Amino acid sequence: MTAHFGALTGARATFLLSGVRVVDPAASSDAVRDLAILDGRIAEPGDLPSDIRRLDGDGLVVTPGFCDLHTHLREPGMEGAETVASGARAAAHGGFTTVCAMPNTDPALDEVARVRWVASLGRDASARVRIIAAATRARAGEALTDFWELAAAGAVAFSDDGVALPTARLARSALLAIGPLGLPLIEHAEDPTLAGGTLMRAGQVATRLGLAGWPPSAELVVVERDIALAEETGGRLHLTHLSTAAALDAVRRAKDRGVRVTCDVTPHHLAMSDSWVAGDRTFNWDEPRAAESDSSGEGLDPLRAFDGRCRVNPPLPFREDGLALLGGVADGTIDAIATDHAPHPPERTLVEFADAAPGMIGLETALSLGLAAVDAGCLSLAALLAALSSRPAALIGEERGLRPGADADLVVFDPAGHWRVERKTLASHSTNTPLLGMTLPGVVRLTVAGGRVTFDEDMGLLG
Amino acid sequence: MSAVALAAETWTRRHLLDVDQLSRLELEATLDLAGDLRGRRATGELGEDARRLVGHAVGLAFYEASTRTRVSFELAARELGATVVDLSVAGSSVAKGESLVDTMLTLERTGVRTVVLRHAAAGAPYLVARNAGLRVLNAGDGAHAHPTQALLDALTLRDALDGRLDGRTIAIVGDVAHSRVARSNLHALTRLGVRVVLGGPPAWVAGFQHWPGVTVASSLRDALREADAVMTLRVQLERAAGGGIGSLGEYTRRWGLDEERMSWARAGAPLLHPGPTNEGIELTAELAASERSLIGQQVTNGVAVRMAVLSLLAS
Repeated sequence: MTAHFGALTGARATFLLSGVRVVDPAASSDAVRDLAILDGRIAEPGDLPSDIRRLDGDGLVVTPGFCDLHTHLREPGMEGAETVASGARAAAHGGFTTVCAMPNTDPALDEVARVRWVASLGRDASARVRIIAAATRARAGEALTDFWELAAAGAVAFSDDGVALPTARLARSALLAIGPLGLPLIEHAEDPTLAGGTLMRAGQVATRLGLAGWPPSAELVVVERDIALAEETGGRLHLTHLSTAAALDAVRRAKDRGVRVTCDVTPHHLAMSDSWVAGDRTFNWDEPRAAESDSSGEGLDPLRAFDGRCRVNPPLPFREDGLALLGGVADGTIDAIATDHAPHPPERTLVEFADAAPGMIGLETALSLGLAAVDAGCLSLAALLAALSSRPAALIGEERGLRPGADADLVVFDPAGHWRVERKTLASHSTNTPLLGMTLPGVVRLTVAGGRVTFDEDMGLLG
Repeated sequence: MSAVALAAETWTRRHLLDVDQLSRLELEATLDLAGDLRGRRATGELGEDARRLVGHAVGLAFYEASTRTRVSFELAARELGATVVDLSVAGSSVAKGESLVDTMLTLERTGVRTVVLRHAAAGAPYLVARNAGLRVLNAGDGAHAHPTQALLDALTLRDALDGRLDGRTIAIVGDVAHSRVARSNLHALTRLGVRVVLGGPPAWVAGFQHWPGVTVASSLRDALREADAVMTLRVQLERAAGGGIGSLGEYTRRWGLDEERMSWARAGAPLLHPGPTNEGIELTAELAASERSLIGQQVTNGVAVRMAVLSLLAS
């Protein structure tokens, strides 16, 4: 198998995919048919040149390109972990055509020139790079950034991701200021006075491992605070990486009464539980392991327990929370699956658990984890694909659809194929994920962004 | 078959990361071997068959302060014939910022085969076990585990309770939440058939009501009521301030042990403490020095248990 990467500046593509399953969640359509791309646009059926390049789509799925609302590209400042170019390749490999770069770089993306510069790095990348600007200068949580000018420079949202806005007063100011722009304030909902010094979700596993526990109230108090502020100010609020059923319920209630609030969840909070810190590697939708017989003398798996790559903020949830979040994706309360792709070099993850940099890479495994949930019967394919493509895209004003005449922006994947997550199969500079070494379902074969092929695995359009 | 050979036969472990990896049979064989080695050592005649670590280099890597654990490991390794290398962390490349894994790989390349690791971070021994070719002996990792302490406590308790632990009730009092000693004791004692009752301020026992085989008492009197033995834990003084428990004075008044309160336990119940003690806080000096106190025996047993574990890992 050979993977090739293309760029947004490449030639416009022309090809015909025959007998492919076309799933267009925004149009509620799902049918096996031919799909043709002519000069980078979805073609009308019928009027095709006779010599068009024909690709066999048998067994493959084509769907609108994915949009990640939460990506850390690490440039500027941490280029050893990722760059705009490598992160965009990882995106293309994962089926993403848009990534929204978080501003917690070094320096932070808090000024127009920095936003423009990172956007310019993405111009010839393998995925569209949209910028989320910092909500406060240097992400210091004191003074708001220049929302109007940053929005004019292309910022699609504002966030101090990594932390929440530290005070209710500042969060209120931000939501008030952002209101007329119509852009979302993206909040990493976590109260530092509750979360500080903690290493994993508080619960039986944390008790057993002797790791300081993160209480779910750390998320809920900020979620409830911000919902109250959004309701009062009318500003748009987007809560990222929800990890508890309680926070999801709060969002559901707020949506029911018309608050302008949206939310996302990461693939790892859907798939993995706190037991991964103790070495478990079963997914939330798998049958739970029988309670360990306490006379067995098995102990923790020395190869997997306390793996720093399982440290993440917010911490991996209880299995029940993961299943509740899956339910939120299925019923639409959760607007998007966002990866929180957080590359780190080995020296920051192959360390003592307490010293590990929180976060894991996610762009290249998001679809696979979602498909595993679909295979397990927890989620419909349409709900998964909508949460990866049309719904997040709509939140930043992008369109996704496979209507004739539109720019081709799509991903073709083999849902029955499997791949092994390893250094040589990952396009990211970094490999920090506990999935490394595991075999997952769902192989991306082709990604087309804005009419150009950005990723091709054995489809023969690139290379 | 000698205790040494019998124990070696039931052990297939490359590391000792926590007692939770040991079956009941392995636990009992280890205690038997430790008892055997303790007896031989007391006579001054250890015997050649016990010198199983001749030609074997053992590294002591203590990233946290320790007296009794470090000294007893060093003595144990020397008794078994090992060459002992003490990685004094403050004077090593660790002080220059070398990572734990790199330091352990360096030890391995110098020929060290077994490392005894004490570290402030829970899970540090697991990190070393999967990234270096060393045999790893956990000498305490954060609040997670202290397996040799649990073994020496089990040996001390078994001796004090007429050789039988199965069916006994043992109270553990104090800051359980931050205690690696308590966690390893919970694994070892419950596996040996002991019912454990925990006592302490809510913040220090939170979450433990779900631990299999464990109950949490809400007063010292309740914790001690059926106890065949009592273990009190060291109060980390820096943790008591602002740690959600009120004052140290209140802790001592509610949970501190003295000879009178020990009468709430079963008649003659002995007292254990992992040391070092804060006399006047978790227990009185009189109690620590009384006949009920097995604190000195714990230290002596520590050497025997560490000899047993080292010889098993080397076999």
